[in-house]
Amino acid sequence: MRNLSVMIAGVGGQGTLLTSQVLGAAALKAGYDVKMSEVHGMAQRGGSVITYVRIGEKVDSPVIEKGGADILLCFEKLEALRWIDYAKQDGTIIVNEQRIDPMPVIIGSAKYPEDITEELSKNFPNVIPVKALDAARQLGNIKVLNIVMLGIMAKSTDIPVEIWHEAIRETVKEKFVELNIKAFDKGYQNL
Amino acid sequence: MKKLMLGNEAIARGAYEAGVTVASAYPGTPSTEITEYIAKYDDIYAEWAPNEKVALEVAIGASFGGARSVCAMKHVGLNVAADPLFTVSYTGVNGGLVICVADDPGMHSSQNEQDSRNYALAAKVPMLEPSDSQECKDYMKKALEISEEFDTPVILRLTTRISHSRSIVELNDREEILLKPYKKDFGKNVMMPAMARKRHVMVEERMKNLALYAEKTGLNKIIWSNTGIGVITSGISYQYSREAFGDVSYLKLGMVHPLPENLIKEFASKVKTLYVIEELDPFIETFLKKSGINCIGKEKLPVVGEYSAALIRQKLLGMDCTDSKEKQEDVPARPPVLCPGCPHRGVFYTLKKNKLIVIGDIGCYTLGALPPLESMDTCICMGASIGMAHGIEKARGGDFARKTVAVIGDSTFIHSGITGLIDIVYNKGTSTVIIVDNSITGMTGHQDNPCTGKTLKGETTRQVDLVKLCHAIGIDRVRICDPFDLDEFDKAIKEETELNEPSVIIAQRACALLKSVKYGGSVRVNDDLCKYCKACMRLGCPAIVDTGEGIRINDALCVGCNLCIDVCKFNAFEKAGDSNA
Repeated sequence: MRNLSVMIAGVGGQGTLLTSQVLGAAALKAGYDVKMSEVHGMAQRGGSVITYVRIGEKVDSPVIEKGGADILLCFEKLEALRWIDYAKQDGTIIVNEQRIDPMPVIIGSAKYPEDITEELSKNFPNVIPVKALDAARQLGNIKVLNIVMLGIMAKSTDIPVEIWHEAIRETVKEKFVELNIKAFDKGYQNL
Repeated sequence: MKKLMLGNEAIARGAYEAGVTVASAYPGTPSTEITEYIAKYDDIYAEWAPNEKVALEVAIGASFGGARSVCAMKHVGLNVAADPLFTVSYTGVNGGLVICVADDPGMHSSQNEQDSRNYALAAKVPMLEPSDSQECKDYMKKALEISEEFDTPVILRLTTRISHSRSIVELNDREEILLKPYKKDFGKNVMMPAMARKRHVMVEERMKNLALYAEKTGLNKIIWSNTGIGVITSGISYQYSREAFGDVSYLKLGMVHPLPENLIKEFASKVKTLYVIEELDPFIETFLKKSGINCIGKEKLPVVGEYSAALIRQKLLGMDCTDSKEKQEDVPARPPVLCPGCPHRGVFYTLKKNKLIVIGDIGCYTLGALPPLESMDTCICMGASIGMAHGIEKARGGDFARKTVAVIGDSTFIHSGITGLIDIVYNKGTSTVIIVDNSITGMTGHQDNPCTGKTLKGETTRQVDLVKLCHAIGIDRVRICDPFDLDEFDKAIKEETELNEPSVIIAQRACALLKSVKYGGSVRVNDDLCKYCKACMRLGCPAIVDTGEGIRINDALCVGCNLCIDVCKFNAFEKAGDSNA
């Protein structure tokens, strides 16, 4: 596999950090060098949260530059718009079509942009909108939408499905392992 | 065995492998996980101290007691611990002593952007700086060896991108290190003027020896390649530089104080253009210039903020990196907010209603400064709220104090608020102090503290009784109040601020993210009753949404705390499970 840079963007509480950990663990198991960067602190407080995962034969910086992400995995629409600069022109942009209003929108000092995925598609050929929240609801726990999204993303790597399952087993808390594997599979099998 | 490890986790692993037996810390982003990971090792005693000064003192005590010991803090924590640091530099150690300090360039989660390398210079102690997780582990071990060999505390400097990045680490077994004998040594360990004068001479001698060590240690290494460009760098800047320049020559400094003058001169003499690439202050660059070595550094690179490979390409190679076609200027910001169900919401809602001047402090509740609550006037450092409230009263008089409150968290109060409160009592102030007691240290991700009744290792322990504590220092008026009982809380604030004596209100309600907190059942809007007056919007709850046509509850976010039910005069909010109408 050539070097792969994956940027994950979400809202605090959506499981951005956990998702990147599963991805990192899977890449390590598959024999790649991995570097990841994340910023803690605001993760539980509804702020914009991003993590970078870089995979390859040899990785230097753990940080992805603007225009450097092969895959932009977004758990919320507005976050896709916010971080789109980081995607490569031919990069894959997977967007969960969920809307979470940020505080400026809630208090009426800003407007939530309309038609985000359509707008993104005008400039980026590979925008994939998905309804991960609905998929997670069907599984009985909306929190696993992150792993549904990871399942969708996993298809564009050459890491086999068993390795992903192993990575989930060793990263996720034991009592949530089965649920998360189901969530992963649901994403992997196109919802 | 190889493992993908967070930088902070690798630091902990290094402490474990190097036979450390005592660790003490106060949580602070981005350093917190160091001690959380250390606590997972049964072989190491680990604790949360009330503040960083105590943490360092515990580590010094353990070192004098013969153990290898570690303490950890964020950059501003080192300000608190600076007092013992400057003198333990004189005494030196017995067992190895390492102080981990995590700087936060870019201020992801901090109130300033100080460069802790200046402390190594000022306190005359060696400092190491790793550039990935493997080095985090290796340098921790090396730091302990240097500490014992040179009889000095050693600072291990991290930055956010090292602490919070993950990379692959090779694990080794733990080395069993025997406790060194304790020896009474008046001349070395009692820093009174006569002894300290002698010790200072030894400190200067030690720094000279360390400078010689810096010349030959493998911590500093030259990676020769194309000599057209030479880069002197350390820490995360080394990774950014590699990404930006690729195969040029590097002098990678693993030891950033003291610096190896001869090695630097040798490197400088063999490269055509010499860059010094370091985030924040021109620490290495100043040393070069003082030594008469020409280099390019801060004349082209910023002192402010984080670096990146793109920034280096742009500033040093003149490459335009703002070529992205999409310019996203109109994307609404998503600042961090008080969580749905956050007990602080009741506090700030009431303070705003009463139009009070709020002298604030450091914690989740600092978010109360942001719209729509906007009820915090100041934030400086841990514990500052109480002393500042007193100062503002002394500047503007008692009537002003009637309109002012200090707001401080439980953990922050124990950290360094209590001394301010003693000052108020002692010097006849009349401030009202609100201790927002959410039963946890929230902002840094749920650490126990002296008020929670649990230790870092999860054992139950004596809980600080805040009421008794306040009484004991001379506050007669102390009351506990639930910030979600809005009427009662409003009454308490009005009564206590009016009085001509100091008072403490303990706003007690647990953080909504604690597992023990169960509200159950989200809330919904009854459109027949909603007058669309938007009074609920003043709560700044992320789960309450104004669609432009009406108020809606985002049930994916609502935890069912019911604060909106209390605020609505028209009973338009109801529990989603309550009726089937």
